[in-house]
Amino acid sequence: MNSFAMHGHARLPRVCIIGAGIVGTATAFFLARSGCDVTIVERGTVGGQASGVNFGGVRCHGRDPSELPLAMRSRTIWNRLAELIGHDCDFEAPGHLKIARSSAEMDTLTRWFDIGRAHDLDVELLDRTQLMRRFPWLASDIVGASLCKGDGFANPRLVAPTFARAARALGASVLEGSAVTAIDRLQGGGFRVSGANFNALEADVVVNAAGAWAASLGLPFGAAAPTVTRAPQMFVTEPTARFIGPVLGLVSGDIYLRQSVRGNVIFGGGQGHIDPGGIRSHPDETTFARTPALMRNLIPALTHTALLRSWTGLEANTPDGLPVIGTSAGHDGFIHAYGFSGHGFATGPGVGETLSELILRGQSRIDLTSFHPDRFNTIARPAAL
Amino acid sequence: MGNETETPRIAIVGGGPAGMRAAGLLAAAGLRPVLFNEAPEPGGQIYRRPPPPLRTVLSPARLYGPDAVRAMALHSDFEAVADRIDHRSGTLVWNIMKQEHGGFRLLHQDADGGQGAHNCDAVILATGAMDRILPMPGWTLPGVWSMGGAQVMLKGQASLVGRRPVFAGSGPLLYLVAWQYAKEGGRPAAVIDASTFAAKLRAAPMLAARPAVALRGLAMAAALRLRGIPVIEGAHADRIEATDTGMRVHWSSSTSSGQIDGDAVAIGHGLKSEQQLAELLGCRSRHNAESGQWLIETDPEGRTSVAGAYLAGDMAGIRGGHAAEFAGELAAWALLADLKHRDNASRRAVLRRKLSRQDRFRRGLEQAFPFPQHRIASLPDETIVCRCEGISASALRRAITDWQPADVNRLKAMSRCGMGRCQGRLCGQIAAGLLTAQLGRTPGDVGHLRAQAPIKPIPGSQLIVEKGAVE
Repeated sequence: MNSFAMHGHARLPRVCIIGAGIVGTATAFFLARSGCDVTIVERGTVGGQASGVNFGGVRCHGRDPSELPLAMRSRTIWNRLAELIGHDCDFEAPGHLKIARSSAEMDTLTRWFDIGRAHDLDVELLDRTQLMRRFPWLASDIVGASLCKGDGFANPRLVAPTFARAARALGASVLEGSAVTAIDRLQGGGFRVSGANFNALEADVVVNAAGAWAASLGLPFGAAAPTVTRAPQMFVTEPTARFIGPVLGLVSGDIYLRQSVRGNVIFGGGQGHIDPGGIRSHPDETTFARTPALMRNLIPALTHTALLRSWTGLEANTPDGLPVIGTSAGHDGFIHAYGFSGHGFATGPGVGETLSELILRGQSRIDLTSFHPDRFNTIARPAAL
Repeated sequence: MGNETETPRIAIVGGGPAGMRAAGLLAAAGLRPVLFNEAPEPGGQIYRRPPPPLRTVLSPARLYGPDAVRAMALHSDFEAVADRIDHRSGTLVWNIMKQEHGGFRLLHQDADGGQGAHNCDAVILATGAMDRILPMPGWTLPGVWSMGGAQVMLKGQASLVGRRPVFAGSGPLLYLVAWQYAKEGGRPAAVIDASTFAAKLRAAPMLAARPAVALRGLAMAAALRLRGIPVIEGAHADRIEATDTGMRVHWSSSTSSGQIDGDAVAIGHGLKSEQQLAELLGCRSRHNAESGQWLIETDPEGRTSVAGAYLAGDMAGIRGGHAAEFAGELAAWALLADLKHRDNASRRAVLRRKLSRQDRFRRGLEQAFPFPQHRIASLPDETIVCRCEGISASALRRAITDWQPADVNRLKAMSRCGMGRCQGRLCGQIAAGLLTAQLGRTPGDVGHLRAQAPIKPIPGSQLIVEKGAVE
């Protein structure tokens, strides 16, 4: 891995982060804490896109083994949010229950059980009888489930703004309403980032954390991952008595659900509609009909609970469902962190800490090989790997 | 706009005077409009009819007073063409979308709870208005009603919210509802009017645009006084509390203060336009300083910035029931002209003139009964602003200090204010007022809460509506 630090600079690098989502703001926080000169440039508002409107799930359960170390590192930060950034962001850890509706799905859970145990996660397999005894409000057509203790949820609306606020308090600049139009490599090293509504700034390191827009923005710097933008659709019901403990998810991915501290049931599933141009998305009519019906099938007690709102947010998905984290060959100093494929919220704080290590020390505690930006580039496989 | 050779498909949302007049004209023009009405009966809030068993008890004369003739004409004109209107009563339109190739798609929930979708080439939105309330400590107590709610109890159910209610707030409805209660067996404990006599006097020249209506308002105030009911002008209800025997309203004015006991409280500070569907369509809106509200922009005939979408009635600014009838007919004429189906330029000119006189009267009312915007900044900390989520003024002030939100939608995200069942329809404007006051911003800067579908809570779909399905 290349980094500013490895080139033997005495001073700390100046870092420009593009995108004030959870990844950008968490990275800024950890860098600013080490005394780095950090500026985030954000086209819209802090946490205004997927980071602010996602489901809010924080889980290690069911993650790809190569992503687990990152998710687990992140999990330790979630626990310490109040201490680190002054607000717990409503984080709670009631566990995550992954539900199988067929024996094939149950096999998937059984296979992951061994992975979870190997990583010292507290996982438990439940058959139908055990499940019905512990969660009697679940639909009866469930084959079994896997429960991962320690997983939970937080309030997505609070997380990126709280990281940004804490970063600012440590001296970072967060420029909202500032769209980047050009990133130029400077002769003597480093970059000039320029755009609308802000004075062009020079940085030793650029972090591309622009979410659904990162792939096109990073194209000149080796962002070769063929990402697909999706708009997962969320729903919220009116508040009701709290009875749903763990966060729920179907193995099929058709629905995921949790009950907020206040009692509202928040659930997602299906895709919204992306407007031409790809800048905006809105709830899709078919999803509007289908996902609430699935929710009622899963928890019949919610049949008469009214829906209050539905919304969508744009996120980038990679072909292998793993993020793009790192520097493409020949593009020293330009670090990608995007394509989180729906896992960016849970892993975001861990990514922030990891990137700060990468930038300050030239390497991270976590093996990032599986996330390499050039892994989709079959023609020029980077020598660094 | 759709297939030119076929009869254009027109939808109207709202079954009040604007929607009824629009539907009547379109029906007469042979277009068989579909009228979506959330209420079980046509008439809207103003000409709401009680359910059939109560109609013998509440005659139109008793229900609508001097407007009875007008109300009866509206209802009978509508009934005369009812067979040429596809009237969907009890149907809530909860989402509206532009179609890719022109026209609109409406999602609705029917009276039986089923879900449906409806495609149309053009739409007239006439979803009316709702109560506008300046909150105060105690306004969420049982026994406190909105002014409109108190009137609905009377008109729709032949019931009173109390025998001795305290009426507080501002606007013409304040005196009208108090007077209706006095007439129907109640004895209002008092009318506490936030507007001063001086403000009303200043507005007199504009109110003279409709002298009969202006005089009617004065006459009601005088009649209430004659009955010995205290009418306190230039006074604000500061706090409401529940006592062992009923409700107590603490009030103050610049010169004095006091308290009044009653068995219920009705509060209202005028009305606000219900514009969510127009917002979902992306119709352009603008902050209107006179009313202190964001209003959808329309031309004098009701055309919005979205081709094929028209607005009529109180949804486009509070002008009342008479204006709503004119505006509904005018929007329908504008639509017919735009479709090149039929035109009557002289009738449109007449209606525009009538509406501009109503507009002058509306500005007079807004001057006579201004929304007490200045009181928002000094709301006591303990005042609940968002009653759905239980968010107090102090919680909002803290959120504003903590997050310095750029606009009111951001404040909503950080505070939960406006996230409950009413979707911020009541609290949005108050939250925006707190934000402007605390950060020294303008109403234009802080904006308004964005509408989101469903515009009202729906018990989710039992039926799956497949894309493209039209009944």
